[in-house]
Amino acid sequence: MAGSSIMETLFQRTLDDIIKGLRLQLIGESAFISKAMEEIRREIKSTDPHTKSTALQKLTYFNSVHGLDMSWAAFHVVEVIGSSRFAHKKIGYLAASQSFHDGTDVMLLITNQLRKDLTSTNEFEVSLALECLSRIATLDLARDLTPEIFTLLSSSKNLVRKKAIGVILRVFGVYPDAVRVCFKRLVENLESPDPQMVSATVGVFCELASKDPGSYLPLAPEFYKILVDSKNNWILIKVMKIFAKLVQLEPRLAKRVVEPICEHMARTGAKSLMFECVRTIVTSLAEYESAVKLAVVKIRELLIDDDPNLKYLGLQALSIVASKHLWAVLENKEVVIKSLSDADPNIKLESLRLVMAMVSDSNVSEISRVLVNYALKSDPEFCNEILGSILSTCGRNFYEKIIDFDWYVSLLGEMSRIPHCQKGEEVENQFIDIGMRVKDVRPELVRVARDLLIDPALLGNPFLNRILSAAAWVSGEYVEFSKNPFELMEALLQPRTSLLSPSIRAVYIHSAFKVLIFCLHSYFFQRKTIASSSLSSNDLAQGVSDSVSVRESPKGSGSATCEAPANELDGGFNPRIPSQLSKDIPTGNGDDMIVTHGQTSSFASLEKNSFTEDSISNLLNLIEMALGPLSVSHEIELQERARNILGFIELIKQEIPGSLDQGEGNFEREQLKASEVINVMRDAFSKELGPVSISAQERVPVPDGLMLNENLCDLEKICGDVQLPSTSSFSLGTPHSKEKIGVSLLNLQSKEESEPSTESTSLLAEHRKRHGLYYLSSEKNEISSTDYPPANEMKLQDDLHDDAEDLVKLTEQSLVPKKKPNHAKPRPVVVRLDEGDEVSIVAKKPDSKDDLLSGAVRDVLFGNEAIPTSSRRNPSDKSSSKRKGKEKVNIDLPSELKENLGDEEKPDLGNPSSRRSKHRTHGKERRHRSPGKNDEEREENVQKEKQKSSHRHGRHKARQRADGPLNVVAQAAVIPDFLL
Amino acid sequence: MGIRFILMVNKQGQTRLAQYYEYLTLEERRALEGEIVRKCLARNEQQCSFVEHRNYKIVYRRYASLFFLVGVDNDENELAILEFIHLLVETMDRHFGNVCELDIMFHLEKAHFMLEEMVMNGCIVETSKSNILSPIQLMDKTS
Repeated sequence: MAGSSIMETLFQRTLDDIIKGLRLQLIGESAFISKAMEEIRREIKSTDPHTKSTALQKLTYFNSVHGLDMSWAAFHVVEVIGSSRFAHKKIGYLAASQSFHDGTDVMLLITNQLRKDLTSTNEFEVSLALECLSRIATLDLARDLTPEIFTLLSSSKNLVRKKAIGVILRVFGVYPDAVRVCFKRLVENLESPDPQMVSATVGVFCELASKDPGSYLPLAPEFYKILVDSKNNWILIKVMKIFAKLVQLEPRLAKRVVEPICEHMARTGAKSLMFECVRTIVTSLAEYESAVKLAVVKIRELLIDDDPNLKYLGLQALSIVASKHLWAVLENKEVVIKSLSDADPNIKLESLRLVMAMVSDSNVSEISRVLVNYALKSDPEFCNEILGSILSTCGRNFYEKIIDFDWYVSLLGEMSRIPHCQKGEEVENQFIDIGMRVKDVRPELVRVARDLLIDPALLGNPFLNRILSAAAWVSGEYVEFSKNPFELMEALLQPRTSLLSPSIRAVYIHSAFKVLIFCLHSYFFQRKTIASSSLSSNDLAQGVSDSVSVRESPKGSGSATCEAPANELDGGFNPRIPSQLSKDIPTGNGDDMIVTHGQTSSFASLEKNSFTEDSISNLLNLIEMALGPLSVSHEIELQERARNILGFIELIKQEIPGSLDQGEGNFEREQLKASEVINVMRDAFSKELGPVSISAQERVPVPDGLMLNENLCDLEKICGDVQLPSTSSFSLGTPHSKEKIGVSLLNLQSKEESEPSTESTSLLAEHRKRHGLYYLSSEKNEISSTDYPPANEMKLQDDLHDDAEDLVKLTEQSLVPKKKPNHAKPRPVVVRLDEGDEVSIVAKKPDSKDDLLSGAVRDVLFGNEAIPTSSRRNPSDKSSSKRKGKEKVNIDLPSELKENLGDEEKPDLGNPSSRRSKHRTHGKERRHRSPGKNDEEREENVQKEKQKSSHRHGRHKARQRADGPLNVVAQAAVIPDFLL
Repeated sequence: MGIRFILMVNKQGQTRLAQYYEYLTLEERRALEGEIVRKCLARNEQQCSFVEHRNYKIVYRRYASLFFLVGVDNDENELAILEFIHLLVETMDRHFGNVCELDIMFHLEKAHFMLEEMVMNGCIVETSKSNILSPIQLMDKTS
């Protein structure tokens, strides 16, 4: 050893030199390192072990602190490990545990060296090898070295035994079969009188149980003993973690442990243990009221503490309680709210979560108000956290917490205006979703959308673009609720819209199209009404109701009230009528209703805006001015949409200017074409859009004889090297809808069908017949009235039949409030689909390794026959079916337990005995394999016998019972009655 | 695995010791250390010592110029980890006598050795200072 000390000082100096040198380098550190690395590469090839290990030591240092690669030196590491000197070996093992991993190819070369060191008489060498193995063990290493580890598990040297326990976790992880050999000894260490061993063993079981708690239920008595007896806080914390897992599987266990845990909680002075008790109670023992009450008292202590750590943990514990005992949160409301303005962002975040947990339908508006005020004051990051959690809480489960949607929609508008708001996407989704699901809120929605749209300042904020896009879509789709469509049109076409991205501008333009159609329709309808009323001047009111009742059927009373004022154009008109009307509208049903819908509300806006010739022609001019430049835009979406509108205006203009000046007599004939065009477009746009279930596409049956893949193959042949645009900004269906519009425009004259979707479908069918090869089936039935990308894509996947179904559902549900319209402020109907709207959660399957491991553990604990190693190795179906059997056994347990209670007086001994007998068979197996261990084995058995002398009598009996194989099976599934 | 990694970083953000209990490539380590150091060193004394990062927690504590950062699973007991950090510092203090950053730099191996005595596979296996230090002292004596 004298020589090594000289060498050690020598190499230490060398590493010291490097470190000192590095510390002197203010600049050029990398040059220094690369020079040092050059030296290392040279030195490490040296045959002198001292030089070699010194070089490796330096390399390890660089790897650990400077993150330099050392995988190239793997073979040298193996060589240094093989050195006979401890000092060198130490360097080698450190290097190996730092740099080796499953992919290291020289790994197998160290198997023999590890075995040699594991059986060394020098306990430090053994512990080095164990350390290293705990970091790098692979399947092969673990398999080959399991016998040695088994021996070390009962070593008389504490240092070695402790580390052997520590290494078990890794060995079980990579080589589940080791359980059969080592598990029993591991359990014995659980009962060791030495707290060091218990601590290490409990740590291992805590990790094992966190992956698969079910397998360790039979060990509950041992854990319970530790929980009651141990004085070591580390051990107690770990045992409590195990119980937190176990009691979820075995409720009767909870009854037993709740008392000692409460005791620990009350007695301990250590905050860590106290917190662990609190956490165990709130997570796993939440149904024990008195325990929870105690825990909440402790949580309160944590909350009012000045230490931010305790405060944070208190909040965290409270948020776990919140799901089952909301009163605990409400009790500490002030502290929680105050924590929203804490200096620590983490604490703020926790308290925000808690505040959101307190939200109910009665206080949602107050809490949101408070939070929005906080959001205005706080930094951008936390502001967005607040907004995000408001959105997700309010939107959860189809807005179940919201009763007053008018309020919520205006809150959304307000949130959009908060300067730091970056939640555009969420707000966008909710705007549209609410629009589609909640009919009653649409007037307010349009008002909020209008306020957002006309504010030119908002256009400059890129985070708000998505919200604006939703606002534009809403105002176009539900334009009939707008108080002033002209103003809306101006907002949609204002010059600053050029700041928006093309896809959002496209939404703007299409919404402008919808608004235009609405205005024109209202205008023509007004003309018609006036014309017809002037004809029958004798009985004014009669004439009007006649002309209207041609189209309008059952809602006589509703329309009459609005028509009467309609003709008294000289003011004095009650402004509340429009809103009343629009409230009535959603209660109607069917296509008929849609027509009525448009008409009545056009009446409503008619009085206010009076669609005169001037206003209409101004409108047309405005559109032409704004969209003219876009018709040559490079953005295909913009160009296409702009041209659509311009073409449409062209068509209308030919008819309107002439007709405007002509007398009443020619009016109807001349304008017939124009108004028909507009009627058709109007019908197209007024078709209701509903939410689409996520699973809608799955429900579409694949037509017979449709070979999707075949078609695509053909396409590939034809297109050859043309690359298909995979991430284009528009969907496949969009150009289609364009085409449809074009088609319906061209075929106006020969219009027979009033239902646009049927008509376009038939046209499409023809088109498809010709070009069918290039179309997927699902796009054919989309409706031209939608162009908003998300909605459109959903629709695309849909099927006409499905659409109809949805519509039926919609109308059915919208009928409901009609039956009881006299509620003061009923919660509006929120349309939700029966299935499919929820995202299904895929259950996480444990990977095969864990499966194997728990299977093996169950085998050992429940005393099933051992399966030959070879068959267990492959994660085959056999093992999985085996596992299923086990689970079944587990489920059956309670009843068996009850039976056992009846006929067995001391069944708690039954289980350990079955395990013991299991172990004995293992011992036998091992004896076959390595006869050399024979003596040791026996010796150990004797030792055990001595240790457990107090239980000897019972065990004897048990052993006798266990002798027969039948008995083993019978007792296999017994969980200690101790639980009862 | 309870403890995933233990880092010692000085206040300039330079790593002084890094011990990982699961294998990460050098790039992953570098990225991880960068992210964590950025996150934790920006926090002040009045803020709590727990930071959520990716899918685990970091418990950290500052001693003079050195930050001790421990990455743990989510259900690990934060306060116990703080105590563990303190135990580690006390142990080093007993061995080196008034331990400082330089001690760890120049005796990295010993620091690793102490950690290995205390933690295996991410489980804390030893919490007694004398038990941790006795093998090291023995080795010092024999060499």
